[in-house]
Amino acid sequence: MDPTTQDEQTAADQPVAECTRPTTSGTRQLPPATGRTAEEIRAQRAARNARVSSTVVTLGIVSLLTDISSESVAAILPLYLTTALGMTTLAYGFVDGLMQGASALVRIAGGWAADRGDHPKWVAFAGYGLSALTRAGLLLTTGFVAITSLVAIDRVGKGLRTSPRDAMIAASSNPKNLGRSFGVHRMLDTVGAAVGPLLAFVVLWLLPDGYHTVFVISFGCAVIGLAVLGLMVPDLRPRQASWLGAHQTRSERKLPSCKGCTCSDGAVPTLTERPFSWRFVTEPALRRVLIVAGVLALLTVGDGFVYLSLQARDGFATTWFPLLYVGTNIAYMLLAIPVGRLADRVGRAKVFVAAHAMLAGAYACAAVGGASATTTIAALALLGAFYAGTDGVLAAVVGQRAAPAVRASAIGTAQTVVAVARMAASSAFGVLWYTLGRQPAIVWVGVLLTLALPVCWFALRGIDRPGPAVLTSDEVAPAR
Amino acid sequence: MRRMAPRTIALVAIVAGVVISVGVEVGSAVRSHRDASSAAPSVASTPLEAVITGPHILFRNTLPGAGYGLVAAVPLADPTGPRAFTTVACDTLARAGEATVCLRTVRGVATTYEAATLDAGWATVQTWPLSGIPSSTRSSPDGTMIATTAYIANHCSTQIAPPTETRIRGSDGTDLGNLESWTLLVDGAPFAAVDRNLWDVSFVDDDTFYVTVGSQSAGTTWLATGTVSTRTITSVRAGGQNPAVSPDGSKVAYTTPSQDQAGRTVQVYAVLDVGSGTQTLYPATEGGHGQVEWLDGTTFLYAAPRTDQPATTDVWALDTSAPDPRPQVLIAGAWSPTVVRSTSSEARRAATAEPISPSS
Repeated sequence: MDPTTQDEQTAADQPVAECTRPTTSGTRQLPPATGRTAEEIRAQRAARNARVSSTVVTLGIVSLLTDISSESVAAILPLYLTTALGMTTLAYGFVDGLMQGASALVRIAGGWAADRGDHPKWVAFAGYGLSALTRAGLLLTTGFVAITSLVAIDRVGKGLRTSPRDAMIAASSNPKNLGRSFGVHRMLDTVGAAVGPLLAFVVLWLLPDGYHTVFVISFGCAVIGLAVLGLMVPDLRPRQASWLGAHQTRSERKLPSCKGCTCSDGAVPTLTERPFSWRFVTEPALRRVLIVAGVLALLTVGDGFVYLSLQARDGFATTWFPLLYVGTNIAYMLLAIPVGRLADRVGRAKVFVAAHAMLAGAYACAAVGGASATTTIAALALLGAFYAGTDGVLAAVVGQRAAPAVRASAIGTAQTVVAVARMAASSAFGVLWYTLGRQPAIVWVGVLLTLALPVCWFALRGIDRPGPAVLTSDEVAPAR
Repeated sequence: MRRMAPRTIALVAIVAGVVISVGVEVGSAVRSHRDASSAAPSVASTPLEAVITGPHILFRNTLPGAGYGLVAAVPLADPTGPRAFTTVACDTLARAGEATVCLRTVRGVATTYEAATLDAGWATVQTWPLSGIPSSTRSSPDGTMIATTAYIANHCSTQIAPPTETRIRGSDGTDLGNLESWTLLVDGAPFAAVDRNLWDVSFVDDDTFYVTVGSQSAGTTWLATGTVSTRTITSVRAGGQNPAVSPDGSKVAYTTPSQDQAGRTVQVYAVLDVGSGTQTLYPATEGGHGQVEWLDGTTFLYAAPRTDQPATTDVWALDTSAPDPRPQVLIAGAWSPTVVRSTSSEARRAATAEPISPSS
């Protein structure tokens, strides 16, 4: 067993027994709640309130540093391209398009590589490393083609790292507080996304042509983030851990029996017999989640349209238009943990669907006449709540349903489905926007979304109850 | 914890190394910025009043040093001579009658962008917010219509929205809206592509203007004419962008893709004779950016970044009536040239007959 998979703290807590499965997590494991005795309910609550794994916090810090790095550059890149390099309008549109398209499809590939090799950390490391390299590239080049290529590579890196990282969060968390674990990670991540642009603007405020300085700071943050990941995050082996959990005796592990040896004597057999399979996609519960997430994403038109709508009527929104996304990020940051906790308590799938009601609320704010600073701020808060209730929560729903051996692929698939569907939604909404006009278009989407919500709620009933996929996974195998 | 020690040491070493290197870099950037701002402008300067009372060219100074980014002026009669500095910083500017339209970045913890009209004494008369980074501004000949184009600060991962926003507004503060919401006809038919984008207006008169229409999905751009009174924009010619109409309305200069000697596609300026419909390419203008400004009926000005000094640009002039038209640097270290032909302090004082009333 790889020593790094064992968190010291957990090792001390666990009963010393032969053939216990190696944990992939940093927190206590509890047997599944089958009964509903007061004691068990109390135990469940305790599990929900248990500390979030140190691995999750470390991954959050990695994301925070990386987001400072990427968002500080993203915020000033348009200014840099147009003001410092004097590029034309269409050229900038091209950069923007590249940013959007490049990352969606790489996510599945990242998840697949993580599951297949069973080293999600190093797949994520490759993704973070790729992005860090592009920061170094920005320091060296001023050419348009070079910069657009760097932007594309950065997005590939982001796509590559997302699902392995989320699989690691799922693997190192107690299933009872998975929602909160993702909430903690997303909160730290979003702190970086809010700090990055402000840091960049402060640098440019003090040094009007300080683009190079921003790139240096960005590269520094990326390198530190990469170092924290490489040095401080354990090399989790979710598939191996799951196999060992399912094969608890020496004979099951196909090790020769011998007197007096414990099952951890002798290396873990190289797990060649674990064919990776995409069959998880056909697992009914998971398929239901993917379909519902896809349908809801088809009615998610992108907050840019909400901002444009607000801006068209409200002076406050116009003045702050370039920074509205920072407001959404701040709301997301504040709500990520509370919403994650709520998801653990009332059900993650329920919260996931309900978060889309927040989105419908944001549409309503954008659609009402006589918009003011209040509607704008309400819309930003609702969008923040929407992200808090969808992004990490979806990863938690899928991470909880999918077997550990395919978890990264399953999370990557769900995220790709959502990203592709949202892109399609934005394109289709663009058509509505021009044919019906801004306000009717947003009202239409809001109405459709509101109608879809009860259907989706119904379609996902029971998903939060531990299903067969959960029982066969190592996560809830009794650790006795 | 003991087991983690080597990793922790490695991490601390890396963090310390990065923090020190970034600190050194930031320190040297701050120092060189301070040196640059305390240094005298790297060019001879002259009193402002003497220059702006006669015909002159206004521009954004891009020579490194204390005056970087400030609006400056040179006499029309002696554009290569010493420049006169104002104290106003603009990213791009235009003349609207007796006022100057200035698009600028409002730097701060939260950086925003605005348009402002400035009076003859460079004081701000009115301001209005822009949705993104200033790109270009133009006004109608008498200054009653002002068009602005800004790059939308669009920041969403799954967002398909136009990269620019172009609006027209009256100098009295009435907002005529985003040109994307106006009726758009391409080759006579209503244009269906939703990723339409419009930028760089050039006014013929108070009502008529040229503008660029683009669509990434259609894969092309058009030069188009628009009418403010009917809020309609009609394509004139496929290909080309950043139109700028000459003072007498007979020519339109714009950028268009062309092959250079190595076979690469580059943007060069071309001039369309409106009457005959003939297009003349000027391959030597490669490297120029954005709309031109007409110096007179035959010579146009454009700005091009220096290849060896990214933040510095030069204004070039090309005389289309010359037998072998070659561009020449007219104003070194300048951007967004604006020719102010007829002005005198008397005329400016008389302009109270048509005041620019502040709005909002």
